[in-house]
Amino acid sequence: MSNRFQIPTIGLAISLALFAAGCGKKHTPAPPPPPPPRPTTETGPSGPPPSTTAAAAPVITQFTAEPTNIQIGQSSTLRWQVSGDVSGVTIDQTIGSVQNTGSRRVFPSQPTTYTLTATGGGGTTTATATVNVAEVPPPPPPTSTRPMGTGGPRTIQSVIGSLQDVFFDYDQSEVRADQQAVLQQDATALKAIVADFPNATIMVEGHCDERGSAEYNLGLGDRRASAVRDYLVQLGVPADRLRTISYGKERPQCTDATEACYQKNRRAHFAPGE
Amino acid sequence: MRKLIWLMVLACGLLAVIFAQQGDINILVTKTESRPKMAIIDFHGSGDAQKFAGTFNQILWSDVEGSGLFNMVSKSLYPAGYPQQPSDFQQPPPLEPPNARRKRSQAPPPVSGNGLWMSDWAGAPVSTTYLTFGFAAAQNGVFVVRGFVFDMRQPTPTGAQVIGKNYLGDISESGARKTAHEFACDIINQFGGKCIAGTHIYYTHQNTKFGAKEIWVMDSDGGNPRQITHYNNVPGSNFVSVSPDGSKIAFTSYAHGQPEIFVYSVDPPRDLRFYNQRASMNGNPSFSPDGQQVIYTSSANGCCRIFIANVNGTGFRPISPPGYIDAEPKINPKNGRDIAFSSDRSGHEQVYTMNIDGGGIERLTDGQGEASNPAWSPDGRTLAFAWTRGYMAGKFNVFLMNVATRSYIQLTHDEGRNENPVFAPDGVHLAFSSDRNGSEQIYTMLADGTAVQKLTSQGYNSNPAWGK
Repeated sequence: MSNRFQIPTIGLAISLALFAAGCGKKHTPAPPPPPPPRPTTETGPSGPPPSTTAAAAPVITQFTAEPTNIQIGQSSTLRWQVSGDVSGVTIDQTIGSVQNTGSRRVFPSQPTTYTLTATGGGGTTTATATVNVAEVPPPPPPTSTRPMGTGGPRTIQSVIGSLQDVFFDYDQSEVRADQQAVLQQDATALKAIVADFPNATIMVEGHCDERGSAEYNLGLGDRRASAVRDYLVQLGVPADRLRTISYGKERPQCTDATEACYQKNRRAHFAPGE
Repeated sequence: MRKLIWLMVLACGLLAVIFAQQGDINILVTKTESRPKMAIIDFHGSGDAQKFAGTFNQILWSDVEGSGLFNMVSKSLYPAGYPQQPSDFQQPPPLEPPNARRKRSQAPPPVSGNGLWMSDWAGAPVSTTYLTFGFAAAQNGVFVVRGFVFDMRQPTPTGAQVIGKNYLGDISESGARKTAHEFACDIINQFGGKCIAGTHIYYTHQNTKFGAKEIWVMDSDGGNPRQITHYNNVPGSNFVSVSPDGSKIAFTSYAHGQPEIFVYSVDPPRDLRFYNQRASMNGNPSFSPDGQQVIYTSSANGCCRIFIANVNGTGFRPISPPGYIDAEPKINPKNGRDIAFSSDRSGHEQVYTMNIDGGGIERLTDGQGEASNPAWSPDGRTLAFAWTRGYMAGKFNVFLMNVATRSYIQLTHDEGRNENPVFAPDGVHLAFSSDRNGSEQIYTMLADGTAVQKLTSQGYNSNPAWGK
């Protein structure tokens, strides 16, 4: 073979070889799928048996929510009474199966309509009850020129809102020495609050920074709230007016991954009780 | 000479320490090289079934590969031709005697069956131990799959069949998924594994980062997510656990104001009205092996002690001594006697075990960093947990520890924050939470840290619990 043809021929041979080796899959026609196998599906009797007697559907003599208007965080009580030919009663919104007659406390956080469904031999009857939920009104602006307790309009939200947070060290629930002055001031303010608002309770919330596990922080937050509650009681705040709740790390004030933000979150905070 | 002996003693000691940390942790995932090889040929479908063959093949491969039982052979090595049923296999022609003379016009004997000889698959380059093949068809409105598994070490097709079975489903994506999961399950069960297809993962879901937390459930491959709780309050419901028989879940919720325990039946979802003792916090419930009791943590008389109660909450009594934050108790599912929990009794959060009567408290982690989220393997020999060992506070990774020997391995390595590991019923897979891709999501992996798969993507998802 002359030189002129050698290289392109070799090149052609190589590409043909590559083609045959690597591209075969694309060019071999796929074998047709084999004939389908004999079916082995089973069929059973179709449809429910026909009903035999004619009966009246159940009667819902009562389905009410009391009260129909609540504030967020409060509860309403559903009451119901179903009579007649009843085989089952359910209420939606995760309540589920209930007795024919009964009541249930609910805590919706937004306007909710509950549907009661009563089934029986004669059919199905439904009824609804609605609970309206109002947001807590925002606190009025603080009356900054007046110190606490010396007159002027004071609402429970504004006075509790002016109580100072108490801060903690990492993974600690002991009251720090530098927080004792804050607790003294809070105790004084709280004694005035419980005097001025005889029906109010104050919630001490415990919070954590985001670093520990959520499960452990649920406990740590509880200890922080309890530590502050116990300290305040020692300073003379009536114990039955204080409640505690832990929010673990679920309700942070800030979300930056900085020491400053972590410290802001390691706190006890005051809020109106129910 | 003496120096040499001392050096050898030192070296042995060092090796022993290394192996104590790595080797004898008794994990059921064998090294890839020592697993039998498996090749899975793509199934083709006739008629309407062809549309869904792709889904079938993808799920079948993923489930079989994910079992950790086989060394999968890549499809790029497969010959162009392939069998679809045992009768497709052809016998190679008899070998010619060495000195046979052929006429020049006769073609040389074929060296391969182009995928229709056993040796095409048993020999190089495929060299597989087992071969999975078959086909799908639509017949009378049913998606029918014929699936076969052959042992390719056998000399002829006659003695090679290990599995030969039909699988039925709807002619749809979900029918293809179902049949693929069932076939994969049969293969896994045949080769000594336990199938996780058909099991469920319960978890916490939020639409927004600080929105209401609700309990959801999904299939073990992330499919069919369904919402269970609808309290729609903040912080909401969290820390779900499942009863061993799969019929009940328990979780912590703020639905009634304070963090309290709820126990629900699963099917249909129904509040079973767990009795909460008087306390500012009752939480982190989990079940005994017989499902008749619940253990939990409570702030009653001071946070927090571990309590045990009947499954409806009555008859409660404390287990752990008071004075520390004892959290997240979990009963050994095999012996029902040991409890794993996290506690700050020696400083920061660490993982402990104790007897169900509160005695024999032992710390398992060495005191470094923070350790939490203990979870038992189904055989009760291994604990999975989250630990910040080697990293800053908050930088958790998933670890496994052999409870008897205390040897441990680290499965994740600072790909974000990795927490809440739980074992699948097969003892080989784990689910866990990780924020490695920006938002907290649920992942699965094998118990050697490989085959990480992302199961969720919408919103924020965490705290998985793996049940039937």
